[in-house]
Amino acid sequence: MSGVLYSLVALGFVLIFKASGVFNFAQGAMVLLAGLALVRSLDLLVANGFPLWVAIVLGIGFAAVIMAITAWLIERFVIGPLVNQDGLTLFMSTIGVTFVLEGAAQMIFGSDVYPLRLFPTDVWLLFEGHFPGGILVNQLDVWGGFIAGILVAGLAIFFQRTKTGRALRAVADDHMAAQSVGIPIGWIWFVVWLVAGLVALVAATVWGTKLGVQFSITFLALKALPVLIIGGLTSVPGAIVGGLIVGAGEKLAEVFLGSHIGGGIEYWFAYVLALAVLLVRPQGLFGERIIERI
Amino acid sequence: MLYREAGQFKTTYAEDMAVFPIRQDRIALVILLGIAFVGVPLLADFDIWPFGTDYLLRAILLPFLILALAAIGVNILVGYCGQITLGSGAFMAIGAYSAYKLATGVHIPIAWFDFAISIPPLPVLPSILLGGLTTAVVGILFGIPSLRIKGLYLAVATLAAQFFFDWVFLRVAWFTNYAPSGSVNAPTLDFFGLNVGTPIERYLLCLIFVTVFAILAKNLVRGNLGRQWMAIRDMDIAAELIGIRPLYAKLTAFGVSSFIIGVAGALWAFVYLGSWEPLAFSIERSLQLLFMVIIGGLGSIMGSFIGAAFILILPIMLNLLPTQLGVPLSTETITHLEFIIFGSLICYLLIKEPHGFARLISIGKEKLRLWPFPY
Repeated sequence: MSGVLYSLVALGFVLIFKASGVFNFAQGAMVLLAGLALVRSLDLLVANGFPLWVAIVLGIGFAAVIMAITAWLIERFVIGPLVNQDGLTLFMSTIGVTFVLEGAAQMIFGSDVYPLRLFPTDVWLLFEGHFPGGILVNQLDVWGGFIAGILVAGLAIFFQRTKTGRALRAVADDHMAAQSVGIPIGWIWFVVWLVAGLVALVAATVWGTKLGVQFSITFLALKALPVLIIGGLTSVPGAIVGGLIVGAGEKLAEVFLGSHIGGGIEYWFAYVLALAVLLVRPQGLFGERIIERI
Repeated sequence: MLYREAGQFKTTYAEDMAVFPIRQDRIALVILLGIAFVGVPLLADFDIWPFGTDYLLRAILLPFLILALAAIGVNILVGYCGQITLGSGAFMAIGAYSAYKLATGVHIPIAWFDFAISIPPLPVLPSILLGGLTTAVVGILFGIPSLRIKGLYLAVATLAAQFFFDWVFLRVAWFTNYAPSGSVNAPTLDFFGLNVGTPIERYLLCLIFVTVFAILAKNLVRGNLGRQWMAIRDMDIAAELIGIRPLYAKLTAFGVSSFIIGVAGALWAFVYLGSWEPLAFSIERSLQLLFMVIIGGLGSIMGSFIGAAFILILPIMLNLLPTQLGVPLSTETITHLEFIIFGSLICYLLIKEPHGFARLISIGKEKLRLWPFPY
């Protein structure tokens, strides 16, 4: 069920792409930064004798503040000056941001593996009477699915119903037009990166509980790219469905196909799937059709 | 006064079409090549610091030359044709492994027909070039999606190549000639009976490759094909309207760029590493090459060299400088610092100088032209 986790990271990508047309390579690094900030502040608070729930609240607050600062810095120094540039330039600048975030996060918060325990990781056995051995369900996965559901519902409301949400969509359509009707583009971008940072924080808590907070999270986040392609770059539900398809698909492929051709195909199966989707339906399963006008 | 074109009249078509139309540029190039081809070996021969030790040749100049060659390949695709690629590391690996297979002999048994395709071991030079050719074929295959998708989607498609080939060379034992450890040793570098073994010989070998390919690339990008690529990069729809076939232009860009990257990969494996495993060509390498191109200058052959030099020298400087200044940093901090510096430099350059360091040099030339009376 790592699919839910992929979806969570992919959500961050979709948000930023939807609202600013920036393909955000740095989402993985943001997950790392959020996770490290959270886990280190938690450790520090607990070590200083705070009760656990206070530490959790304060830690999440601290990580959220860090993400807000990051969002502001990115908007102010990178994306802001690049307004109205084409997508490729913006994409490459987010690769730069990735490196800065990775370096800074590890420099400030250390680069070891830190265990994070926010959610129960026990295992439930369901339907033990009906099947031999029952169905193994990890509580963490249930939590992950639950959180992803809430997040999607919240984001959908935010995008459809609020004024800021509408402004976000306007900016995504056309920077210049949005600017000229008086939408404060800098503020909008800050909001977008902040929301993406918070989504990254959520992803980091779930993922960190599963694997520990460590550098390899950024690599796992690369999996979110095929998820996006499959689901469609601009679709929030697409990110969720794409994540589930990739998560389930790669496990199944590993079991049924991998045993024939040497194993370890989990690493690239998602990408090949994405490539196949690209060839058939370039806009993804839920994406908007790209129409080119001359 | 030193850099002035006035008085250099072109009286023949050949002069008008020269690769380096300005006399000072030609002189500078000749001096540079002279230093590289004659000066460095001489200095090394007479043990003059810092050339006396092998360190400079082996650990700095050799990787610099090969990575610069790979960066030229990436630059053709990203800088000239505008097709972003994150899979250049994989293409280097394809060049390296196919050259290795060709140099040790290929044997493909086809069981159903009771028939086997066998190629006897080839000499090193043809196998390096054929390795490049194989890479070009694979590159064209992966370029085919670029006709329907572009930009960001293409980046993911090339990322697919990266992960797929990482896995292939790690898991498919045929490519490593069933080596149990998964690492592979390069054959002895035998060029027409000359054995290339010492660092200085390896350096010269790479230098020859790089010079030839750089001049060919320079010629290509200013000709018909290069102009087609640039038109596609600047605005593909407009390019199509004026009669450029996107299919042809994009696939040639993929082919030429993959060929050069493949040759660089084969050199990297054969000449620099000697024995290697797939990890040498991971996604880190792809990103590194992309950075070289961005920092050095998108759409500039010279920029590829500058970028390669910069990326290689910065970590060494970061290692040396703080110790010299009396603030020793831990290796961990240095790695992180490196990340931060590269990242912020890329952002800075994209914002302030999208044409990279190469643009600074052409600005310098402009200034020299006016010197000593600027206006």
